Amino acid sequence: MKRFAELLDRLLVTPSRNGKLQLIAHYLRDTPDPDRGWALAALTGAVDFPAIKASAVRGLMAARVDPVLWALSRDFVGDTAETASLLWPEPEQAPQGAAPTLGEAVESLSHSTRIAAPAVLTTLLDRLDTAGRYALIKFATGALRIGISARLAKIAFAQAFAVSVDSVEEYWHGQRPPYLPLFAWAIGEAPPPRTDEQPLFRPFMLAHPLESEAVSLEDYVAEWKWDGIRVQIVHVAGDTRIYSRGGDDISGSFPEIAGSLPFAAVLDGELLVRGSSQGGEAGGAASFNALQQRLGRKTVSKAMLADAPAFVRLYDVLIDGSEDLRQLPWAARRLRLEELMQRLNSAHFDLSEIIVAKDMAALAQIRAGARDAAIEGVMLKHRQSPYVAGRRAGLWYKWKREPLLIDCVLMYAQRGSGKRSSFFSDFTFGCWDGDPDSGAELLPVGKAYFGFTEEELKFLDRHVRQHTVAKYGPVRETDRSLVFEVAFDSVHVSKRHKSGVAMRFPRINRIRHEKPAHEADRLDALRTLVS
Amino acid sequence: MALRYGVVSGANPAAYNEPIAIGGGVTATFLPAGHVLGSAQILLEHAGERVIVTGDYKRRPDPTCPAFEVTPCDLLITEATFGLPVFRHPPIAEEIARLLATRIANPKRCILVGAYALGKAQRVIAELRAAGWHEPVYLHGAMEPMCRLYEEQGIPLGDLRAIASVQKSALAGAIVICPPSALNDRWSRRLPDPITAMASGWMRVRQRVRQRGVELPLIISDHADWDELTETITEVDPTETWITHGREEALLRWCQIHQRKARALALTGYEDEDE
Repeated sequence: MKRFAELLDRLLVTPSRNGKLQLIAHYLRDTPDPDRGWALAALTGAVDFPAIKASAVRGLMAARVDPVLWALSRDFVGDTAETASLLWPEPEQAPQGAAPTLGEAVESLSHSTRIAAPAVLTTLLDRLDTAGRYALIKFATGALRIGISARLAKIAFAQAFAVSVDSVEEYWHGQRPPYLPLFAWAIGEAPPPRTDEQPLFRPFMLAHPLESEAVSLEDYVAEWKWDGIRVQIVHVAGDTRIYSRGGDDISGSFPEIAGSLPFAAVLDGELLVRGSSQGGEAGGAASFNALQQRLGRKTVSKAMLADAPAFVRLYDVLIDGSEDLRQLPWAARRLRLEELMQRLNSAHFDLSEIIVAKDMAALAQIRAGARDAAIEGVMLKHRQSPYVAGRRAGLWYKWKREPLLIDCVLMYAQRGSGKRSSFFSDFTFGCWDGDPDSGAELLPVGKAYFGFTEEELKFLDRHVRQHTVAKYGPVRETDRSLVFEVAFDSVHVSKRHKSGVAMRFPRINRIRHEKPAHEADRLDALRTLVS
Repeated sequence: MALRYGVVSGANPAAYNEPIAIGGGVTATFLPAGHVLGSAQILLEHAGERVIVTGDYKRRPDPTCPAFEVTPCDLLITEATFGLPVFRHPPIAEEIARLLATRIANPKRCILVGAYALGKAQRVIAELRAAGWHEPVYLHGAMEPMCRLYEEQGIPLGDLRAIASVQKSALAGAIVICPPSALNDRWSRRLPDPITAMASGWMRVRQRVRQRGVELPLIISDHADWDELTETITEVDPTETWITHGREEALLRWCQIHQRKARALALTGYEDEDE
């Protein structure tokens, strides 16, 4: 645990990507199995002890620290694990045994029940110092949040053992922590793990945002970017799985899809729910809100299947039967996908339409007209592009719609977490429910915690501290003097909000220092934008 | 005072523990606060009523200034800079030992320690000397006048050298003290591959370390930590406690739990976290 704790602390104070890669690579080379595998699992978010949740940690602390002092401390520190590590009372008697290793911690945590977990955790915490306690809690609750992406950890693994990162991605997904076969392969002591016997997730191909690049429709093909969930459907030997962007298995929430791919294939598409707002009345899809109702359910009722039937709009095919198509150009894969579509049930699958436009200017017009269809934008894919993991320059672009803009007034602020701990960086803003000069009030319309620069964040933090008029626990109410221009992708009717509307992807576009609050927009302006 | 604020006309130096009549039957007495050299609590007395304003203070031993004196009073007005139970400053010897260990592990790099120019810098230097470090300590220009003043006041700080006077090559393996604001400044680029360290009580919290961009956090503070704040209230045992300048709410809560009469004084403009 000491080495892992050191790794976490050094990663925290190492801003450069290369520095982080070196630290992780060093650790992976120099630490024995199974500890290094467990650390890798933690860095890639693959650790899960069902018996230990953040609530177990809060429960332990509630028995040791006054709830008000805990809440004030947690709010200041901005991280539950760190707060607990700092407030944990040192044991009265010297603990028995040396500090536990990661492997030992896994051993005792994985065998404990939900009832026994607090006692097991206590014994481990008593044997550690502050840094060790922090590392253990982060590890056990499975939420590191230290700004290391799974991708970065895999690159570090590849660097540590001089193997290609594409191979690491490919072999990764069939493996479970502590990844002993993966390490054995990487150090040259075993053949690579097999990938053709299980319904494994393959890394998605992703797109760069289109900025100033010159793109010609002779080389690129255009498709809609649908506002659903990007999924991969995999069938191997009678077993079908649906994976989300991050490789999470969401088959259980969508049984109608999982049951309708009866042959071996790996497909890429957008999961949507039938409706009329995306893609027109016939064969259309509902807004993202409808899809949200179906997410994260362990059991799906018949009513739900009838009211919100899901389907997949197919973008691509990676594997057909036993043939890996990923090296073929996009155009050839598209033909294979069209052939394959004839064998699929059209109730659950359709093909992503190719947008026909004579040039980029024409496409821009089509894209601008797509506002009402609640489409996120347009995808541009190079006709010759192979299917490769991650974002590769020049192959795929996403060309999002221009955002909608509205001027809102800052109403409440809360401190952020992680690197924004202590900064007031979560903002709730509102619009007027009528004419502010005739006594109209501000109603909250949304919340945003990004879009601003570091400099603007410092300004906003200072503004909140100087303009606080009331405190509700961690929430500060401000004097409603500051206007933001808020950018958002779309706005929907919502019964859950007093304002009756909910924005999608709101962010602070700029601070309108010059604009008086009573000139901010009214709710009516937002309602006319409802899609 | 003149060094910090410029020469103020009409100001009279006062000694510790000598009551001064300030009119209206009130006397004021300065008592050592243990914060930095010359820091004081103020005891106000009127018709048998006693009020103490702690100002900034600490209870840890500090070779550069006289220790905080516990004095009974009716009303205690205490600071609360580190008024949260997460703030527990480790013994300074441990932090100095980490600094020296880092220096030994990186003989080619210099260690740049950000420390507040009044008090913190001199305390770090004095503690380095106490730990057996007798090499020259190099100073950023802003540090020199205060260090000189401390030495004039009889606090030896050993071999101090102005950084402006030395070659870059001479600084490999050196310890350099600068104000926190200079840590990530252009100024520090002239140093040989510096390891940035910061001596501050805020270094107890990881995200503060990260926000500061510090590689070697040293938890060294001239303010009382949570234990010192609460123990001081217990020892002074006032009838009432007013809390100001920092995280008042948590200390107020502690007073409630321990059935002490207390209130928070909300002073505006004091919510910065420099130390």
